[in-house]
Amino acid sequence: MRAPLILLPLPVLLSGCGGSQSALDAQGYSGALLRDLIVLIVVVCLVVWIGVMIMLAWSLTRRRDGQAGDSRGSEQRLGVWVSGAVAATVLIIGGLTILSFQTTRSLDRAGDPDLTIRVRAQQWWWQFVYEDADAGSFQTANEIHIPVGKEVRVRLESTDVIHSFWVPSLGGKQDLVPGRENLLTLRAERPGVYRGQCAEFCGLQHSHMAFFVIAEEEESYRQWAATQRQPGAQTGEAEASAGKAVFMARRCAACHTIRGTGATGTTGPDLTHVGSRRTIAAGLMDNTRGSLAAWIADPQTLKPGNNMPLVPLTGDELRQLSAYMESLK
Amino acid sequence: MVTDADLDEAELERQLARTWTSKPGFWGAIASVDHKVVARRYIVTAFVFLILGGILALAMRLQLSQPEARFVDADRYNQIFTMHGSNMMFLFAVPVMEAMAVYLVPLMVGTRNIAFPRLNAFSYWLFLAGGLLLWISFALDTAPDIGWFAYVPLSGPEYGAGKRADIWAQMITFTEVSALAIAVEIVVTVFKQRAPGMSLDRIPLLVWSMLVMAFLVIMAMPAIMFASSTLIMDRLVGTHFYNPAEGGDALLWQHLFWFFGHPEVYIIFLPAVGMVSTILPTFVQRPVFGYLPLVMALIATGVLAFGLWVHHMFVVGLPRLGESFFTASSMSIAIPAGVQIFCWLATLWSGRPVFKTPLLFVIGFIITFVIGGLTGVMVASVPFDAQVHDTYFVVAHFHYVLIGGAVFPLIAAVYYWFPKMTGRMMSERLGQWAFWLIFISFHLTFFPMHILGLQGMPRRIYTYQPDLPWAGLNLFVSLSAIILSLGFLVFFIDAIRSWSFGRPAGDNPWNAPTLEWATSSPPPPYNFRSIPVVDDRNPLWSQPDALPVSSGLRTDRRELLITGVVEALPEARESSPQDSVWPFWAAIATSVMLIWSIFSPWAVVWGSIPIAIALIGWFWPKGEAEDES
Repeated sequence: MRAPLILLPLPVLLSGCGGSQSALDAQGYSGALLRDLIVLIVVVCLVVWIGVMIMLAWSLTRRRDGQAGDSRGSEQRLGVWVSGAVAATVLIIGGLTILSFQTTRSLDRAGDPDLTIRVRAQQWWWQFVYEDADAGSFQTANEIHIPVGKEVRVRLESTDVIHSFWVPSLGGKQDLVPGRENLLTLRAERPGVYRGQCAEFCGLQHSHMAFFVIAEEEESYRQWAATQRQPGAQTGEAEASAGKAVFMARRCAACHTIRGTGATGTTGPDLTHVGSRRTIAAGLMDNTRGSLAAWIADPQTLKPGNNMPLVPLTGDELRQLSAYMESLK
Repeated sequence: MVTDADLDEAELERQLARTWTSKPGFWGAIASVDHKVVARRYIVTAFVFLILGGILALAMRLQLSQPEARFVDADRYNQIFTMHGSNMMFLFAVPVMEAMAVYLVPLMVGTRNIAFPRLNAFSYWLFLAGGLLLWISFALDTAPDIGWFAYVPLSGPEYGAGKRADIWAQMITFTEVSALAIAVEIVVTVFKQRAPGMSLDRIPLLVWSMLVMAFLVIMAMPAIMFASSTLIMDRLVGTHFYNPAEGGDALLWQHLFWFFGHPEVYIIFLPAVGMVSTILPTFVQRPVFGYLPLVMALIATGVLAFGLWVHHMFVVGLPRLGESFFTASSMSIAIPAGVQIFCWLATLWSGRPVFKTPLLFVIGFIITFVIGGLTGVMVASVPFDAQVHDTYFVVAHFHYVLIGGAVFPLIAAVYYWFPKMTGRMMSERLGQWAFWLIFISFHLTFFPMHILGLQGMPRRIYTYQPDLPWAGLNLFVSLSAIILSLGFLVFFIDAIRSWSFGRPAGDNPWNAPTLEWATSSPPPPYNFRSIPVVDDRNPLWSQPDALPVSSGLRTDRRELLITGVVEALPEARESSPQDSVWPFWAAIATSVMLIWSIFSPWAVVWGSIPIAIALIGWFWPKGEAEDES
């Protein structure tokens, strides 16, 4: 028997979770530089276009006097105008090229990163590994927290096909290419929730491969990271404890890791603190007990073709399992 | 030996018609090697593919008109956008431009048939087979779902299941072989078959643009054929060209693809500007301003086209210095584009515009293409591109340059040359309707996509979530797309109706200056009763009463006049091939081999036997000298 929870209308479940995703709403160092460049180039081009349109309209509508202007003098005058316009084109193009180079240089301003996150993109979710030899490494999925005003080095890898890491509000995109490692630096200037999304077509569920960058003040970031380093919470709630048993018995552990338990699978996302995340299934749904249950009950209807199989569960098992997931804060 | 010097006009026409006309009936049509017959088939087929591709676009717009819509599922959507791109590029845009060249170039240079006419017929049949392969696979729900760019590893053996990627790769082989065939024919026709006196500086601009386009095809297509063939080998026989785990490289594919893919854009665009440079002077009734700069701009664009491909790869993580070089080279293509725009404006300025449908589409082209060119300058900047790459901004940009920059001139060209091809005029009233509907709704459809891209909407997504701020604009775009398709419907209705019922056109309805208007509409199978002699860039304006003609070609067999490359001085009489069904059989045998090789590498061995037989029939010697100096 399926749980009644999945009868909730889909649009209610599929609401994702806010967060800005616009190149024009720049909230990071790179994002702001790029927005300024975009605005400037667009304005220059707009002026050029209006100029050409005025000339076009004028040539079409101007009054023609008696003879068609085919005389030698007027041809020469036209030649001067055309040469002038071409010269102006060369200057504008040259200017924009230099402007572009300058922005690239400002973006490349190298500094030692305050934090390094390794990204392993895969069909169709994001694995994030916080690498910290001293305090201990930990993993999340489809959600990272970063401290505001700090340089965050992102090391980009792919385990299958080509993906592209893009958080428009913080900066430009960079591809994740199998067999290569690319680097990107993020710096959020203001706290907030910034949505990112895979930007390179990567197969069936390319559309549902989102993630969130949560920029917060240093202090709350530290608290969050400390919590993430802990093993999965032991819960007192009976339903959740029963859910843990279901998790272990129903082979969920073959693909998922929950640190501090016997679950050490690496195919799917690390679920040690899944309850603390804002969304599930790579930004597909808000993370509630209801959507967790809906997802576990039938992942193939909600996100067809994804790699999570449908595991048959009774209604009770499904309730217990989703309670357990929710308890993993 | 009978030559045209000895005969009066009526007898000459009778003998030429007997020598050059194809046999009636089904097999006569199959065997025809008349460039006009083949080109007409090519153009009609390409426009059918345009309609099919347009229907796919509407299906995508339906799915994207609301968030989380369920009209089209993810798998079908991925097939649809792959089909839309592949179909429009490989089955519509390139073939239709080449087909216009096949029709117009021999007429504009004043010769009786294209060079290698049997290869020309072969090219059409192979193109048709490639198109059928792709569309039948779509009907069977096994169409490629990897994008028109087919990036590995997604298209590779590990992630691209079934035969979908192979069908895409083999469709490439079909269309590229047929494109290469035409390119070779155009180069030879332009270099060696021009009317006496048509020196290099008197070649019509459309012919120049087709010549540059043909060279681009010859240099760009081998890259994609290598890429698609090695992809098939990776998939079929386990080579590792693109497998990083075995020393291959995923980025190698992108370099090869875009080394072809960027020139591809100019393969489509250069013929279009050639059309503009040819149509514009007719409708302002003065010679084009700046013939030499326009030719230089065509050639410069063609050369630069090969130095830009990396701007499609600005976010894959290449070294900064390399990226900077490609920013500069991509920006610099704006200079020859600017030269052309300003020369056209100068032509308009000093002429007297006659606002007929072809000129309207040319003006629509200038307005739209300048926007597309400027957004092209934007994406040439590495940092700008980092934000808009693979978003709807880029979708907007290339539809501005491909529809605004190439389809608008193409429609202008159809209205302009339709009377020559069919002998009948298209309707001016429907033409104006088509123009305003297409022009306005084009901008309503594609301009908002720039904004969607900047708002973070990536390309190639089959849906998006309701809380993203894209739903309103997407609905607007989808509704505008319906009006756009209505505009195209008006155009097609006009073309179909006028084909049979249009007003008779006469030889030169627009008072145009180039040679194709010197013969009847539609032209006879031999094109010209006598080969014209040219002493001016605009021969029909400088000799309005009667062109001087040459004589001495035989009338009892198909003969062409061969002239020198630079001055176009007569050099030889060369026989032109008879009709033959062998190109048709050769195309069938080639198609069987290519499709079979999707499934087994042995097809290349056994499948080549029927091809060899067909080629032996094709080239069977006639026992007669082929040319006489």
